[in-house]
Amino acid sequence: MILTLLILIPLVAGILSFLAKENGKMIALLSSVATLGVAIATSVHAGTQTISWSIPWIPRLGAQLSFYADGMSAMLCLLTAIVMPVIFITNWNKTVDRAGSFYGLMLLSQAGITGVFLAHDALLFYFFWELALIPVYFLCSSWGGEKRVAVTFKFFVYTFLGSLMMLAALIFLSSQNPGVNAYSWENIVSAGASLDPVTQQWVFVLIFVAFAIKMPIFPFHTWQPDTYEQSPTPITIILSALMVKMGLYGVIRWLIPVAPEGVALWSNTIVVLSIIGIVYASCIAIVQTDLKRLVAYSSIAHMGLMAAAAFSQTKVGMHGLMVQMFNHGINITGMWLIVSMVEQRWGTRDMTKLGGMASTAPKMAIALVIISLANIALPLTNGFIGEFMLFNGLFSSASQYHIIFMVVAGIGIILGAVYTLNMIQKTAYGDAVEMTVSKDITTNEFVGLTIIIGIILILGVYPKPLLDMTLGVVNMMIP
Amino acid sequence: MTNLVYLVPLFPLIGFLINGIGWRKMPKSAGGVIGSLAILASFVVSLGIFFEVKASGTTTVVNLFEFISSGKLVIPFAFQVDALSSLFLLIITGIGFLIHVYSTSYMHHDEGMVKYFAYLNLFVFSMLLLVLGANYLIMFIGWEGVGLCSYLLIGFWFKNRDYTNAAKKAFVMNRIGDLGFLVGMLLILFNYGTLSYQEFFGQLSTGQVAATSSMYNWIAICLFIGAMGKSAQIPLYTWLPDAMAGPTPVSALIHAATMVTAGIYMIARSAALYDLAPVAQNLVAVIGLATALLAATIALYQNDIKKVLAYSTVSQLGFMFLALGVGAYTTGIFHVMTHAFFKALLFLGAGSVIHAMSGEQDIKYMGGLRKKLPITYITFLIGVLAISGFPFTSGFVSKDEILLAVYHHNKAYFWVAAVTAVITAIYMFRLLMLTFMGSFRGTEEQKHHLHESPWQMTMPLIILAILSLVGGFVQLPHLFGGHDFLNEFLAKANVPALVVEDPGMEMREYTLFGGTCLGLIIIFIATRKLFAVDSFKGEYGGFKKVLANKWYIDELYDAIIVRPLNALSSAFDRFVERMGIDGIVNGVGKLVRWGSDRVRLLQTGQVGFYIFVMVIGMTLLFAISFFGFSN
Repeated sequence: MILTLLILIPLVAGILSFLAKENGKMIALLSSVATLGVAIATSVHAGTQTISWSIPWIPRLGAQLSFYADGMSAMLCLLTAIVMPVIFITNWNKTVDRAGSFYGLMLLSQAGITGVFLAHDALLFYFFWELALIPVYFLCSSWGGEKRVAVTFKFFVYTFLGSLMMLAALIFLSSQNPGVNAYSWENIVSAGASLDPVTQQWVFVLIFVAFAIKMPIFPFHTWQPDTYEQSPTPITIILSALMVKMGLYGVIRWLIPVAPEGVALWSNTIVVLSIIGIVYASCIAIVQTDLKRLVAYSSIAHMGLMAAAAFSQTKVGMHGLMVQMFNHGINITGMWLIVSMVEQRWGTRDMTKLGGMASTAPKMAIALVIISLANIALPLTNGFIGEFMLFNGLFSSASQYHIIFMVVAGIGIILGAVYTLNMIQKTAYGDAVEMTVSKDITTNEFVGLTIIIGIILILGVYPKPLLDMTLGVVNMMIP
Repeated sequence: MTNLVYLVPLFPLIGFLINGIGWRKMPKSAGGVIGSLAILASFVVSLGIFFEVKASGTTTVVNLFEFISSGKLVIPFAFQVDALSSLFLLIITGIGFLIHVYSTSYMHHDEGMVKYFAYLNLFVFSMLLLVLGANYLIMFIGWEGVGLCSYLLIGFWFKNRDYTNAAKKAFVMNRIGDLGFLVGMLLILFNYGTLSYQEFFGQLSTGQVAATSSMYNWIAICLFIGAMGKSAQIPLYTWLPDAMAGPTPVSALIHAATMVTAGIYMIARSAALYDLAPVAQNLVAVIGLATALLAATIALYQNDIKKVLAYSTVSQLGFMFLALGVGAYTTGIFHVMTHAFFKALLFLGAGSVIHAMSGEQDIKYMGGLRKKLPITYITFLIGVLAISGFPFTSGFVSKDEILLAVYHHNKAYFWVAAVTAVITAIYMFRLLMLTFMGSFRGTEEQKHHLHESPWQMTMPLIILAILSLVGGFVQLPHLFGGHDFLNEFLAKANVPALVVEDPGMEMREYTLFGGTCLGLIIIFIATRKLFAVDSFKGEYGGFKKVLANKWYIDELYDAIIVRPLNALSSAFDRFVERMGIDGIVNGVGKLVRWGSDRVRLLQTGQVGFYIFVMVIGMTLLFAISFFGFSN
């Protein structure tokens, strides 16, 4: 029951927000804080044992309203529940057109994302997948930047194609064992695993593409920098901190158990693609001048490492992936918050026109530096724990090229330092550039950034709670 | 006392937090006092620990909490207190404290003084983690932590683009080394399942895990790549001279006395591994030797007082690696210690000069300063004598030990090292004379402003000068009635000394001693003429120009690494990304668009309509779900 609350609160609040118009942001903030409370309770509970809840939904199709939370689901719900109020708090002073619809759509998306992490029924999973995406589609196309229509269309084409392929695969799988719970996770998994290897590979490809686009894995990524650039920052945060995790979560929860033969056949190829993606995206990040594009490519590089670990199938890598999913979400949220503050203060995201933040807005500069350091996985920030374990996983994978994989992926940490320090130098150092809105961080922004930086440091020094919470899932995934 | 070891890094951490949080509101002097007291407190605890370890000779591992645990991978946050780490504690906190006191005066005019002390405390904290860690991961935490502080302090005056470029260069070059360190750690973890020193070295000695010699070599080489970055060895040394952009006390503490010796600490700590890895060991010796020589030749024709000292540091670090590479681990550590004394002294002396010269660092405009800065002059002279190996100074004893160890290992190495030692004396005397002898070459205004520094600056100089003079006595050669105190002490931490059975030892000692005396006298007389001290212009032609331009190594790196990387990145961005991948996708997109013109009409409509459709759709879905219940 507690799991349905996680979805129902944002769902109801979202609908209310449409009606409340200008008061939407108040509803958004209050509901998201309430959700956070529930998510914390769930996490405390799910750290020790799994929670599940299920009632019939569409018996004729074999679909159930079935929710399930183990450490991984609870952790990702917690991440969602932390990120949303942080967005709302830091955005508090900004005026948004049609605030009711704006916040309503965001809350609906939150409900969808949470649902994806909790659904234990394939059709339900698909339903939430779309519920999460559709509001974002509207948010981008109506509140986005100049090129929003073209970019949103590209985003739509990409994700829609992926979704369709996934749906086809899921329908096919459910038809293998028809019944009142044909779409249940157990049923889908056993249907998939009992297929002959060739069919499994096709199923694998169909589902993989949907998740690969969402993560994104090179070369399925080109929708992402454009979409991140054109979306309003709150939406960029939802996309990059939360929705990319839907892709990874899908891989871990659905794809790997459903098509083990497909994984066996394709994993090396995917690991290679992911690692190419790390170096490729890092290189491109080096020559970006737009802050948003830089962070976008940096995120692609990070996702590459996570994807490589997901498909290299080692215990420590999988465990690292768990904590890194959480930490990446926190850190990239921090990055985007700073980017949007910069844009608001200086009226541009072009780094060649920025500089001197350390003298004009020192608090913001400190936050920028700390979050950037977490982004390049400096020890004693949360980013380090995950990255160390991911590299460890990649290194100890069964592939005969495991050392090469790790070393090439490791080039990413050098290139990461290059583009991140470039960014700090160009924005924070140098001579002061006049601000259009002359103000260091405001109180509400301070609260949001403090939450993010607090988590960065606490989990960087003491990652044990996060590790303990997800150990059970890892042990179940990889015996 | 040993169980209170966590206090040692805790005090600087507290100092960092106080100064870091209050840096805008606190008065400057308070920042300096808090920063210095924090290190003093650490020093006192370190002293207690040192004498306890000296008395008991035991190794204690203090577990603080579980850091990473994932199935079989368990890495505790633990400290190891033994002879090696306790010696480093003393060096770090002792010299650290002196430099903090010095900084209270040196940085007094700077508006960012409190921030400066926050960074400095954070540095000491990280450095202490580095040497205290009981496993490689904790060392790595400190390792990257000191790199960060170095970055922050090199770019301390962040408005200057050259300075922030230097900071960036330092961090990135260190990261290249760190990748090697990381791979080394993963190799250890993969083969031995642990990163703890005691467990790893224990397994090495019992041979529990059947590893091949090439595996030992690979692990050792990977770790050494880390050391190349941090300790500025070929090919990763070019960041250190640029790092002189930071405030001078920072150069003394971080870029001379402590951080850059981390690589030597790491290899001495891993002595059990390097003893099994002859190829890696030889590589350490060769790289060390080559770096020592290369840097010494560059130092000959530098005109920036700090650059000379920087290249001299690179060169001395090379000597330390050479010692490690020939198996004389304790000798390497010994040179770390004496070098910390005299190089900190030289940098602080240079700082005193720069302070008096109102920020001028070019020796072209100095000269004749000995009259106006007598204390600085005398102490600087002592530093120069020590680094040149004047008999019985600390530098003489440690460098002698290195040379003798090398002599027994490989005669060719010995001669190169000996030549390098001679060059060292030459460039140091050149620096001394151009700065303090002859007549003043600066402006009248500068001349008028010349003054000796206040006690906060001269007191550390005097203490360090005394240490530079007598610091070698812990390990004076037997010939002069000495005793191997340091070797015996470090043996308790399993850092082996090189034991040589050599009947001709006495003879060689005498030869070295005599040679050094004679050489120094010649150099002292010749330098004045050689570098035309009295009519110094600071311009060079021919081969001297190549040296003055650092063998054009920076330009070379720029041409073969920096530019190609940028070109490749731009090519990825412009051609592969935008035209290639995106082009295909957009093509598909156009195709879809062509087939969905009607849908596109909807897209230009009102958002309200979409939302209406969405809500209806969702309501329908939920209606279906209730319909489902009734069945």
